[in-house]
Amino acid sequence: MEPAVSRQLKALFHNHTKEADKMSMTMTQKILAAHAGLDSVQAGQLILADLDLVLGNDITSPVAIKEFAKLGMDSVFDKNKITMIMDHFAPNKDIKAAEQCKMCRDFCGEKDITHFYDVGEMGIEHALIPEKGLATAGDLVIGADSHTCTYGALGAFSTGVGSTDMACGMASGKAWFKVPAAMKIELTGSLRKYVSGKDVILHIIGRTGVDGALYRSMEFTGDGLASLSMADRLCIANMAIEAGAKNGIFEVDEITLAYLKEHGAAEPKVYKADADAVYEEVLTVDLSQIEPTVAFPHLPENARTFGEIGDIKINQVVIGSCTNGRLEDLIAAAEIFKGRKVAKGVRAIIIPATQKIYLDAMEIGLLKTFIESGAVVSTPTCGPCLGGHMGILAAGERAVTTTNRNFVGRMGHVDSEVYLASPATAAACAVTGKITSPWEVMGV
Amino acid sequence: MKYTGNVIKYGDNIDTDVIIPARYLNTSDHKELASHCMEDIDKTFVSRVNEGDIIVAGQNFGCGSSREHAPIAIKASGISVVIAKSFARIFYRNAINIGLAIVECPEAAENISEGDKVEADLDNGIIRDITTGREFRTEPFPEFIQNIIENGGLVQSVAKGLIR
Repeated sequence: MEPAVSRQLKALFHNHTKEADKMSMTMTQKILAAHAGLDSVQAGQLILADLDLVLGNDITSPVAIKEFAKLGMDSVFDKNKITMIMDHFAPNKDIKAAEQCKMCRDFCGEKDITHFYDVGEMGIEHALIPEKGLATAGDLVIGADSHTCTYGALGAFSTGVGSTDMACGMASGKAWFKVPAAMKIELTGSLRKYVSGKDVILHIIGRTGVDGALYRSMEFTGDGLASLSMADRLCIANMAIEAGAKNGIFEVDEITLAYLKEHGAAEPKVYKADADAVYEEVLTVDLSQIEPTVAFPHLPENARTFGEIGDIKINQVVIGSCTNGRLEDLIAAAEIFKGRKVAKGVRAIIIPATQKIYLDAMEIGLLKTFIESGAVVSTPTCGPCLGGHMGILAAGERAVTTTNRNFVGRMGHVDSEVYLASPATAAACAVTGKITSPWEVMGV
Repeated sequence: MKYTGNVIKYGDNIDTDVIIPARYLNTSDHKELASHCMEDIDKTFVSRVNEGDIIVAGQNFGCGSSREHAPIAIKASGISVVIAKSFARIFYRNAINIGLAIVECPEAAENISEGDKVEADLDNGIIRDITTGREFRTEPFPEFIQNIIENGGLVQSVAKGLIR
């Protein structure tokens, strides 16, 4: 029997969903149409769509759990299609954080949620979900976390929502969407040494601005895709939200399919944009021209390359997060730390994004390199990225970090500063004590 | 839906980290969140905001995190409606879902000043600056969105079975 909530949501859309004429669609529009049971959709159309995965963390889930209680439902729509991951203030930073994790733990126990990840199994949600194969190409994923757009790298439609959407999603397996228009990012060429996906996305946001893709999807395609690793793609899709995008999505290729298979993801459904799909804007990015890039305070759009950066001393480096805490990121950083010391007066904090990444990093000797050079290595947590714990800044301090936001007060005091960069650049900064290009340290 | 209140004005790209800093996200208590609303950009907000006041802001209001704590903190502060040149999309969705009225109106956001008395008639899409006498037109909300806001949010609307 159909849950009451689902019927109510359908009633809500009764007069607002109309079938569009069969027309050309983007990748995003095809996935949305398929999940709304429609042949085609067009930009601006309101739809009610089926969800393949509903995600929450220890900050957003408690709000969703309270809202879910108001719906008066005994069970969730599908215990295998919900995941709660304790990553933001976990391991619990204080009593209130402990209470929030306990609320999630109790709810997941009571509702028998399959994919509840607590300390010991957890990792940063957007690194953990692809690693565990919980999302696949063609899926429709919502998460009560803005960086849920990360799984676009897998060829999924994946977008951040709030806790109320999460609650209604857990209850009904559905959510309402306004079908987005799109922006195409055409990638050509291949990246130079010590340049990675982070430099690419900072470059793109530098061009679009923080609201340049507002309400739209960013669709990544072109010959340049072949040179981008999954770690690069996950990093780029992760920061689509920093351009204001509803989602970022990559065309699926052999690299994607191999990754999905390796991680035991469900059978992929591959959607390609129609040749005449409508893109409101096309941005061409020649990967071979991308240089190490740093986003200056207090917006990710303040991207600069090293010709425009003077002598800026720093106090802290953080290498980790849902953006750049993957094994490839740690390998890139370790290459620069190897045989060098963290500069005096700099605190270097390395945070592998999942338990598996932590273990792999240990087995290939990265942790030894980090510790010998004077960095610290933490258990997985979002921690410092959002000024939670594990590396908060005092007034007047500067950090170079591989995280995704450099807003006022993001990593601590309102008078501190956050500079966003790649793992290679952050490592170069850690060993010199100032904002430095990895090309300079490695003699490129 | 018609709201009247005094304007508190902000600029572009007001992000969710300044609306409610993450250090306060270890609670979801509405009153407690409201007591820190706007703290990192405007320490005077909490002491000067009155029930029914209206926030007017620039582009991309609410960018950043998906934290629903942001519109909750604004609503629990007593703000009746937020008028901006544009909103970040997750914030827009969250505001509607929790029953906080928001309106995109670049012209109003440009021309209304701090402290003005403003009336926002969302059913008819008219924003009137009572202080200056100027009027601005906006797209009225579709009926189902009006219903969600009037019923106090998406969950309340769905639970009450009141939505049509």
